[in-house]
Amino acid sequence: MSLLRPKDDTRPWTGSYQPYDLVKEACIAVGVIALLAIVLTVLFSSPDDKPSTIAQWSRQMPVDFVKTAATELDGTSGTATYGPPYNHNGEGQHAAFIHLQKWLGVSHPINTADDYVIRPLETIPDDPALQRALAEYDAAPEKTQKAWGQAYAKPLEEDAEAEEEGKPPPKTVTVNSTTGMVSVQASGTGPVPTMMTSLLSLAQSGGLDGSLLTSRQFFQTDYTKPLLFMADGGLLDQRAEEQHLGGDEWGMMNETGSYPGQAWLWLYAFWYQIEPFKNSENADILVMLAMGVLSLAFIAIPFIPGVRDLPRKIPIYKLIWREHYRAIKPRSNA
Amino acid sequence: MSHAAASAVMGAVFNLNHPAHVVHWHFIKLPLANVIVIGLMLVAFAVAIALPFPGAARRAAARRGADGSYPVAGHPPSGGAGR
Amino acid sequence: MSGAPESSWTVKVREKAVEALPPEKLLPDGQPTYVASWIYMFGVASIASLVVIIASGSILALKGPAWWHYTGVGHFFNSIHMWAVELFFFVMVVHLWGKYWMAAWRGGRSRVWVTGAITFLVAVPTALTGYVSQQNFDAQWISTQAKDGLNAVGVGAFFNVTNFGQMYSYHVLLLPIAVVVLVSAHVLLVRRHGVVPPIEVGARLASVPAADGPPPATAGAGS
Repeated sequence: MSLLRPKDDTRPWTGSYQPYDLVKEACIAVGVIALLAIVLTVLFSSPDDKPSTIAQWSRQMPVDFVKTAATELDGTSGTATYGPPYNHNGEGQHAAFIHLQKWLGVSHPINTADDYVIRPLETIPDDPALQRALAEYDAAPEKTQKAWGQAYAKPLEEDAEAEEEGKPPPKTVTVNSTTGMVSVQASGTGPVPTMMTSLLSLAQSGGLDGSLLTSRQFFQTDYTKPLLFMADGGLLDQRAEEQHLGGDEWGMMNETGSYPGQAWLWLYAFWYQIEPFKNSENADILVMLAMGVLSLAFIAIPFIPGVRDLPRKIPIYKLIWREHYRAIKPRSNA
Repeated sequence: MSHAAASAVMGAVFNLNHPAHVVHWHFIKLPLANVIVIGLMLVAFAVAIALPFPGAARRAAARRGADGSYPVAGHPPSGGAGR
Repeated sequence: MSGAPESSWTVKVREKAVEALPPEKLLPDGQPTYVASWIYMFGVASIASLVVIIASGSILALKGPAWWHYTGVGHFFNSIHMWAVELFFFVMVVHLWGKYWMAAWRGGRSRVWVTGAITFLVAVPTALTGYVSQQNFDAQWISTQAKDGLNAVGVGAFFNVTNFGQMYSYHVLLLPIAVVVLVSAHVLLVRRHGVVPPIEVGARLASVPAADGPPPATAGAGS
């Protein structure tokens, strides 16, 4: 006997057998489960909340859209600073010396300023003011571009902060209720206001959804760019909060509406609710590594002393096989 | 689309297309549907073990070899529980 | 058979297969009398759920990923698919609990446990790829959240949950094949080794005559 291979007193069964119709049992099981699935379908159906589009986002939350677009342009958005696999502008997460995110590199490059702002704007025809603005932006040194972007973004960030804290919004950001256009009062913004106004207009017309999807080729099935852009903004977050899908609410176990979700993800969701994972910048890699170790342990249960012995110590098996144990009980008087 | 209309379109008897009722217990926050599913799993496990399984008389006969139509101890009629 | 050479791969494979699983073992018509609990039904219920998942999924695949959003029939089959998945995880986990408390890896059956555990672990990303292939708000949210966990461990570099085309391919083909192969291995191992006998109770096992079957030939029957 070794640590990994326990003393196993399980002997081959030499006792009696009962008739058993395997195929019939399988057919009955399929019938029962199919019927259950149909009954649940008739009773409850399934959820299908419509997806958000960039057009909807820019119309429902124009200030949030413009703020996000400004941060994409000046390289301070979540995607812009993410790091691999999208760009080299961040270190990514790590656990001690393990930097898997960095090691696997940039496989899906996104340049947020180019992809989300400049190139979509370049597709807009017959707009001399915009073309001049783009030319001015392109000709400026990087430091100037960043300064313009940050000057424009600052009032928008103050507006967002005020909204979050329930304070009155600063007067530097206004929305025209008729046109849906956003005005930002700030100095030193260069051509950025013209660019942002055109981008908002393009988004509200629905052109940006298509532009982000088909920028590389006509046929596309990769929604990474539009999804990451929307995820940088507030609309998906707002909808998720309404449906209790946020991480602080064990959201990864949940489904939209009142439907059951993914209860099997309970342990994965659990770690995000407790320290040190909860407030860690490296929460994701720490949780994934913890779950990786536990998954390997789950597979290896037959080999783990203690864990493999628990069934004998807590004898639920005596209930399961009670009929068998009663049948083989030695006769009291031989 | 209103909830009633959505329900009609999808033909569900019960409309679950509204934000979930969340069950709070210490730091555990779960929607009611998930709590029900987990609860039902525990109940199913307990009931499956507790409920007697049909065919006890047939099994007892097989053990005694009394019913005659089925081979008794030793090797199973076909195949078997090997190692 | 015919005069096939001894080096025939076909003959070797056939002989090995038949030796490991003769027809009577592959499709037995008897089971040990200790198989007498409803808990044993959860394994076949897991397989049954998988059958319903694949059947309903095949119908969804026949009509393409957008169909269920704009037809009542499509939505009906999507609902069956979703509830079959809920049932699958429900019965599979109860099956897992039962097998753990029976210590069903005993008697040389550790591979049965291992294949079962890996099946569960592969079923989780199979479900995930389904959720991100829905092309609705749920898919948008799940993909933009799940990407962070996967990117953090470098998996996002080659498994992109926001890439619908890739996720749909994994969900409809690659991962179901993996699940079916694992479940098949799991079930064939159970057929090979038989359903695990009950844990033996009593301190002096060798001296307790079984009311059932012949007495043990020798003591010390290890694995």
